[in-house]
Amino acid sequence: MERISREEALALFKSADLLDLGEKADRIRKALHPEEMVTFVVDRNINYTNVCINQCRFCAFYRDAESPDAYVLSKEELFKKIEETIAFEGTQILIQGGLHPDLGLDYYTALLKSIKARFEINVHGFSPPEVCYLAKKHNLTVRETIQILKDAGLDSIPGGGAEILSDRVRQVLSPKKIKSREWLRVMEEAHGLGMRTTATMMFGSVEAPEDIIEHLAAIRSLQDRTGGFTAFIPWSFQPGNTELSRDDVGLQGSIRPATAIDYLRVLTLSRLYLDNVQNVQSSWVTQGLKLAQVALRFGANDFGSTMIEENVVRAAGVNYVVSKEDIIAAIKAAGFEAAQRNTYYSIIRKF
Amino acid sequence: MLKVISDRIKGGGRLSYEEAVGLFKHDDIFGIGRVAAEAAERKNGKKAYFIVNRHINPTNICVNRCKFCAFSRSKDEEGSFELTIDQILERLSAVHGFSEVHIVGGLHPEWPFEHYITMISAIRQKFPLLNIKAFTAVEIDYFSRISGLGLEEVLTKLKEGGLQIMPGGGAEIFAEGIRSKLCPEKISGERWREVMEVAHHVGIKTNATMLYGHLETFEDRVDHLFKLRDLQDKTGGFQAFISLAYHPKNTEIGGFYSSGIDDLKTIAMSRLILDNFDHVKAYWIMLGEKISQTALLFGADDLDGTIIEEKITHMAGAMTGEGMTREDLIYLIRKAGKTAVERDGLYNEIWKG
Repeated sequence: MERISREEALALFKSADLLDLGEKADRIRKALHPEEMVTFVVDRNINYTNVCINQCRFCAFYRDAESPDAYVLSKEELFKKIEETIAFEGTQILIQGGLHPDLGLDYYTALLKSIKARFEINVHGFSPPEVCYLAKKHNLTVRETIQILKDAGLDSIPGGGAEILSDRVRQVLSPKKIKSREWLRVMEEAHGLGMRTTATMMFGSVEAPEDIIEHLAAIRSLQDRTGGFTAFIPWSFQPGNTELSRDDVGLQGSIRPATAIDYLRVLTLSRLYLDNVQNVQSSWVTQGLKLAQVALRFGANDFGSTMIEENVVRAAGVNYVVSKEDIIAAIKAAGFEAAQRNTYYSIIRKF
Repeated sequence: MLKVISDRIKGGGRLSYEEAVGLFKHDDIFGIGRVAAEAAERKNGKKAYFIVNRHINPTNICVNRCKFCAFSRSKDEEGSFELTIDQILERLSAVHGFSEVHIVGGLHPEWPFEHYITMISAIRQKFPLLNIKAFTAVEIDYFSRISGLGLEEVLTKLKEGGLQIMPGGGAEIFAEGIRSKLCPEKISGERWREVMEVAHHVGIKTNATMLYGHLETFEDRVDHLFKLRDLQDKTGGFQAFISLAYHPKNTEIGGFYSSGIDDLKTIAMSRLILDNFDHVKAYWIMLGEKISQTALLFGADDLDGTIIEEKITHMAGAMTGEGMTREDLIYLIRKAGKTAVERDGLYNEIWKG
């Protein structure tokens, strides 16, 4: 099948009928995943610290180091969370934090080694902004930094911090965060070192359709070179309790959350455009279970994580209480077989 | 199959029972959605309606205690409440700018029928222009039993007091076997339709509903929708149809939430079967704003209201917020590519933009 060009993608995004887009995306999903199975991973999102120097305007989670709510998880707390994850038959922990000014590479390598010495679990951790921050702090190249983390036990890298890979938008949303080129660089180096990563996109803030297409194009082009992305995960900006949702930040009015129809449109376009990415996740955490089920017919084939813990979205006022059983029931009710997978999308067991 | 059906519907033909069951079981949600959306557009153009309304539940004390209801209480049970007529008037006076009041409650063991007439008349007197939508068929049947009056007399008295519209609740699912498991205490499906027929006859407009996603089959859903279609052929008194997704939490039957895909398909199928209904509502408080908005592309033309007080669904674990503003609703409608129209209780246009 011929690839969709950027121009075609933009035209579709702006004016195609959503049901037509959905039908096309559904057909591609079926061709890539003819077994009619929807997967999920049992993992825990562990935020080792909420102290962050980046202070992105779309984030409700970060604190200053001096804030009374500021924390760095102790090893005991961390180990307890991992034990609980394994007790829930979890196979992965997603470790992400803020960019804490006092934590150096030693902290990270000691953390990884102590986890690996005690537990058999995939460590999916440290998104590109964290990797870049460490590299800069220690005067290392990105590749050297990733190699050190990998040697200490890091298995794979989450696709967070991508937001929208368009520097025009990044300048508004997160002026202190790494630019598109740096994000892509971390992923390319990680792939080069044999690590798999995911890619995300946070839309529904201040971007234009062109920015979304620019993002998809950057991911597709890197994937052509490396093949290292396991999945693409679009999700929508959640404005609750964030700086962007206030009127006084110099943006035009306050931002309304992306609607269901916006979400489905971005999802279908992602499935159509990213022909070289095997998996597209639906985001029940930001969309709710019902729309996440609908998403399974609009291009998604994976339900993401059971999210034993999700602090960041919860801080923005979104809080769906969902168990693994709910996820399995939701997948089945949507007409698919449900299966637990690992980080690399190998099936662990079917339900 | 879809092409043949689509062509026939465009020519004014109808779905057969077998075709409807076949489509319900069919996997092609896009094709079904498209045909339903076209049918909706033929009826209402690009319009999607909403209403600024106010819900009042006068009491949650109920002699029925249906198994799927998390709202009802016994008289002396913790959490039971009853509002006086003055309290109801106070609540209605507290806010402005709404065109309809929607009143449903439990079947109170002690209140006489006169109490309800007084309630409606008092609201009518204080708010002469307000559309009063009140009492499901289940309540009307109860009023008939406690007063010893026939349905026609009960409904005529309420109409004289100021009642204009009745909500469509209490229809649940007509299929006997399921209904007796779901709500053995409640009036039969036949009685529900009888009440509606008399209401239409005395000049009260009503809605119709279907509760789905519990124990019923697709055949049961089609049977339900066909019975509504038949009655509407006879009376023409139904304004809108509302499919109500079952909420499993805190109820005796348990089970799971219907899938978002099923919700959309049910909207589309009701639009296709109920060709004699002007409106199909995607009731956001039941479906959530995300599915409701998406339903506007699957045959729905109405999101219902900004609801300031809605206790019944939330006690059953609804995952939606308790209120949306007028601006929220307009935004959702526009983002679905539709023209937002604020209506009153009788679908008169109040505002369009």
